[in-house]
Amino acid sequence: MKKQTKFIATILAVIIIAGFVFFAGNLPTTSMLRTSLQMGVIYALLAVSMNMLNGVTGQFSLGLAGFMTLGAYTYAVLTIPVEVRDNVYYLYGVADCIKNLELPIIPALIVAGLVAAFFAFLIGLPVLRLKSDYFAIATLGFAEVVRIVTASSWLNKVTNGSLGLNSIPKFNSYYAIFIVAAICIAIMFLIKNSTYGRAFKAIRDDEIAAEAMGINLQKHKILSFVISSFFAGVGGALLAMYLKAISATTFTLATATYYILLMVVIGGMGSYSGSIIAAFLVIFSKEWWLRGLDKPQFIGGFQIPLLRSGFRMVIFSVILMIVVLFFRKGIMGDNELTWDYIASIFKRGKKGKKAVEEVQK
Amino acid sequence: MLKINDLHVSYGGIRAIRGVSLEIPDKKIVTLIGANGAGKSTTLRTVAGLVKPDSGSIELDGEELTGKSPNEIIERGIALVPEGRRVFSNLTVLENIKIGGYLRKDSLDSDIKKMYDLFPILKERNWQQAGTLSGGEQQMLAVARALMSKPKIIMMDEPSLGLAPLIVRDIFDIIKEINNQGVTVLLIEQNANMALKIADKAYVMETGKITMTGTGAELLADEDIRKAYLGKSAK
Repeated sequence: MKKQTKFIATILAVIIIAGFVFFAGNLPTTSMLRTSLQMGVIYALLAVSMNMLNGVTGQFSLGLAGFMTLGAYTYAVLTIPVEVRDNVYYLYGVADCIKNLELPIIPALIVAGLVAAFFAFLIGLPVLRLKSDYFAIATLGFAEVVRIVTASSWLNKVTNGSLGLNSIPKFNSYYAIFIVAAICIAIMFLIKNSTYGRAFKAIRDDEIAAEAMGINLQKHKILSFVISSFFAGVGGALLAMYLKAISATTFTLATATYYILLMVVIGGMGSYSGSIIAAFLVIFSKEWWLRGLDKPQFIGGFQIPLLRSGFRMVIFSVILMIVVLFFRKGIMGDNELTWDYIASIFKRGKKGKKAVEEVQK
Repeated sequence: MLKINDLHVSYGGIRAIRGVSLEIPDKKIVTLIGANGAGKSTTLRTVAGLVKPDSGSIELDGEELTGKSPNEIIERGIALVPEGRRVFSNLTVLENIKIGGYLRKDSLDSDIKKMYDLFPILKERNWQQAGTLSGGEQQMLAVARALMSKPKIIMMDEPSLGLAPLIVRDIFDIIKEINNQGVTVLLIEQNANMALKIADKAYVMETGKITMTGTGAELLADEDIRKAYLGKSAK
């Protein structure tokens, strides 16, 4: 494909996506498309951030929920308007140090990311020496510690204990979340395609060879862990913004880590575009398309059996199993959705593999 | 010149190398032959900084290398082609080559072109994932990757391992070609016959010690070596 054609196609694609988001933004606030799209883009950011560590660098972490919690709480504590704080902390009172601390939304998002990144750096130093399963367990433990500490009584005056925080402010504009998420994802794409990204992939493929090439394993693993956690923190903050209220049980292993891991695996380990596609597919089908299965449906006076509350999750799980069976390496494998890749799919049928190589040249 | 002096290395209490001393003169091919488990690979891995020695010294042109990290050693001009090729199988051929020049700050373009001249097959495979290459192609890629750091000395660990005889000959031709371009080669081989034929200097290693040394031709003619490593009877 020529460079010029690609350029025009990219611009067209961006216009179409922007137009679609704009269309969704003008729908009534009860519209499922409007809300699922916003939730989808937040999960897309989280899935890409997890993919950066788990897929690209090959360090299988289960600590995402911990970093999301850190980001979400940091954001909430920094942004809840000072005048409503007494209502939010009606039971325990507010700690003096945060009583009059209020940041605008964007700086608070950045601080949320930085706090998550700082903790990643702290635990990364010892934990990244561990290999595969042991690393997964250690990060899992970290996430549980974060969850329990946020809910513990000695942080009552900051995190409001098990009551959680509410009245979390959000952007005035519907579109701001899309812009923030798009910028974050774009940064992660740039890192993946830089020399650092190449080093991350080399570490995933073969640590010994990577070390023999002069790649400092510890330094690069920590870098990947810290960057990934930064964006997990921002994602957690965006989710807090979207949900308006959070508590320590908002981000548990099952509802946060596994849910996002699912998107990463379905999309393809190592493929950011796969994670984005999978995030939207999962959110749309779970929150919207399959909703009809939750209430009794009638065809000509005959009630279809089995349809009752919760049944959509059964169908959802079956679909997941089918997807995993037919796409062993996820929807995208570890390819990115580029114009060359799309062209290669169409040519593959006609001329076979040769065409794929030609296109890629 | 690379000088290794009385090197001792052990893995968790097991002494793999017991007092190895080697001298690798500039722009020569030096080979280290010996049976499995003799400590050949460990010697190379120690020079590359991947394993820390118990004692002994490794000097490159008078500069002490022991205790330096792998990246510092590569920056001083020693590259390793690891045993079993170890290419990054999910990365493309081009990405693999670029990784080889990871520590370099200057432009890689002219050297990438040089590698494609040296290994035309890699140019054809440019966009393929390295894991889909044949064994011989992967070995060439591993060599090209190591050469990308512009080494003074390239250390190769069993480059002929698991390759068809015809391909092995190609690999040895390439080793000679690289040496002609002014790179010192330190070669480990089980294929003692081929290695001794191209070597300017050769060492024989047994259970962690150097037992014999000489030029390639001398060792090739030696009765004991012929019996032990070349599978030829005395008569």
